[in-house]
Amino acid sequence: MTQGSASSLSRKLTRLNLLVTATGLLLACAAFVTYDFVSIRRALLNNLSIQAQVLGSSSVAALVFNDQPSAEITLAALRAAPNVVAAALYAPDGSPFAVYRRDAAAGVPSGAEIAPGVREKLWYERDDVMLMDSIEFKGKPAGFIFIESDLEVFWAAIRRYLSISMCVLGGSLLVAVGSSTQLRREILRPIEALAEVTRQIAQERNYALRAGGDTPAELTALVDSFNEMLAQIERRDSALQEARDELERRVELRTAELAAANKELESFSYSVSHDLRAPLRSIDGFSLALLQDYGDSLDAEARGYFERIRAATRRMGALIEDMLNLARVARAELRRERVNLSAMAHTVLAELQRSDGSRAVECVIEESVEAEGDPRLLRVAMDNLLGNAWKYTSKHASARIEFGQIRKNGSRVFFVRDDGAGFDPAYAGKLFGAFQRLHGSTEFAGTGVGLATVQRIVTRHGGKIWAEAQVEEGATFYFTV
Amino acid sequence: MGDSVADQVILLVEDNPDDEALTLRALKKNQILNEVVVARDGAEALQFLFCEGAYANRNPDEMPQLILLDLKLPKMDGFEVLRRVRANPRTRLLPVVILTTSNEERDRIAGYDLGANSYVRKPVEFGEFVHAVKHLGLYWLLLNQNAPLPRGA
Repeated sequence: MTQGSASSLSRKLTRLNLLVTATGLLLACAAFVTYDFVSIRRALLNNLSIQAQVLGSSSVAALVFNDQPSAEITLAALRAAPNVVAAALYAPDGSPFAVYRRDAAAGVPSGAEIAPGVREKLWYERDDVMLMDSIEFKGKPAGFIFIESDLEVFWAAIRRYLSISMCVLGGSLLVAVGSSTQLRREILRPIEALAEVTRQIAQERNYALRAGGDTPAELTALVDSFNEMLAQIERRDSALQEARDELERRVELRTAELAAANKELESFSYSVSHDLRAPLRSIDGFSLALLQDYGDSLDAEARGYFERIRAATRRMGALIEDMLNLARVARAELRRERVNLSAMAHTVLAELQRSDGSRAVECVIEESVEAEGDPRLLRVAMDNLLGNAWKYTSKHASARIEFGQIRKNGSRVFFVRDDGAGFDPAYAGKLFGAFQRLHGSTEFAGTGVGLATVQRIVTRHGGKIWAEAQVEEGATFYFTV
Repeated sequence: MGDSVADQVILLVEDNPDDEALTLRALKKNQILNEVVVARDGAEALQFLFCEGAYANRNPDEMPQLILLDLKLPKMDGFEVLRRVRANPRTRLLPVVILTTSNEERDRIAGYDLGANSYVRKPVEFGEFVHAVKHLGLYWLLLNQNAPLPRGA
């Protein structure tokens, strides 16, 4: 591509050069030729006029004395002038007196059209110039003279000039071509060299190259600024590379820090769950042992206290379990797969039905609802949402739990709906807080971590979760992933 | 080595005295009257199995019917004990039931990977624990047939 414009520039230069030279020469030649055209013609006509006058004067005697042979001899002298085609003398009444013909074919006017009193009439006929003049003797018309001359001299001169001009023109054009080649070398080579360097840099991305070599003064500024620009690019490039390296180092550092923090958290929650559970086991176990072994000597109130102790330990066990799950959810690697949520809903509800066979729950599950997400985490979310639906409809005689998807603002939103206890929408803000509950533990058991876990899962998938409900009119939980 | 069920020894590897008491209670509640040897840490368990240290005078032909192994042990953890047990030809085929609170996937994988026969989670609620021990006892002591002990060496 660069080649194209550089050579068209040189072609333009050559053409321009030739054009200028040719125009100058043509104008000059035209001027000279025109000048010669005019002056030669004038000279010719002048010559003719003089010839006519001289001849007229010489022929006066012959005309006056009617000496025709003498007149013919005088006219015959015209043979010395090669341009004269024909000449004739007329008597004052216009009748031909004497004639001269260069060749036999030449003709002369009959003389009938000669008007009296004509003086030096010039006209062109048949590529020749004609002259008619009156001859006077002592103030009285003695006759007329007619000379016809060809323009050969004229044309020959023109031809000569033209051929000389052509030679000069040709020579000058050759010189012009030669000089434009030189010009091309002088001007275009540095430009082409510059273009070549640019191409090399663009191809190899090597910003260390510079344009150099001889450059004429006008291009020095261009080459210098070009090199300056390259130097800047090189600097910026290396600065960019350094910044990138720095960033990489920092990312590595952060990743290492993050990995370390994660590992710490993991071992922390792992050991916490174990170390917290062991004492719980003891509390529960020995309370039960007391009840079993010494229950007879205990009154109802004492037995009641032990039951409270055991219930409390069970609650704490569930809490630890849920906390662990929450931590696990936050840590887990997120896999993205196609998950059939409908099938999952079926499984979860079937398990809930198995664990509490006495309940009659109508399950309405939309089929073929799919999502892209981590199957294990989505299972946990579904367990929690459907488990909640199951739990909060347990006080009603009949229950209806729905699962499906709707379209909202062009994206798919999944929902779990129940017609159970619902909640007061005024407290909706607390729904997803960890350990926050909107129902007392005597109404419904729970740790308050379930929805926080679901929210964590949904957020990790980049989705949102929200709920709508009324007290005793059920609740609907919407989420996207 | 006697053949009756009651003669079979159960090795319980457990560091927590409360858990030990509760486990023994659970066994008793289920009428499992076998002798239970309790090892408080991994080293003690191995000493018992290989008849070393405090158990140097034990008869090496008498091996426990069942090993109940906790994972969280001081000094040497449960996995290390399991590894050593499986590495030794005399104890390689003994049934080992991991009895622990951890439900972590990686613990379960590691346990089975190292050759445990079973993995049981200790529930917090004691009633459930008794239930679990009953099933363990019924299965491992009555139903399951152990491999014969290698003679000699």
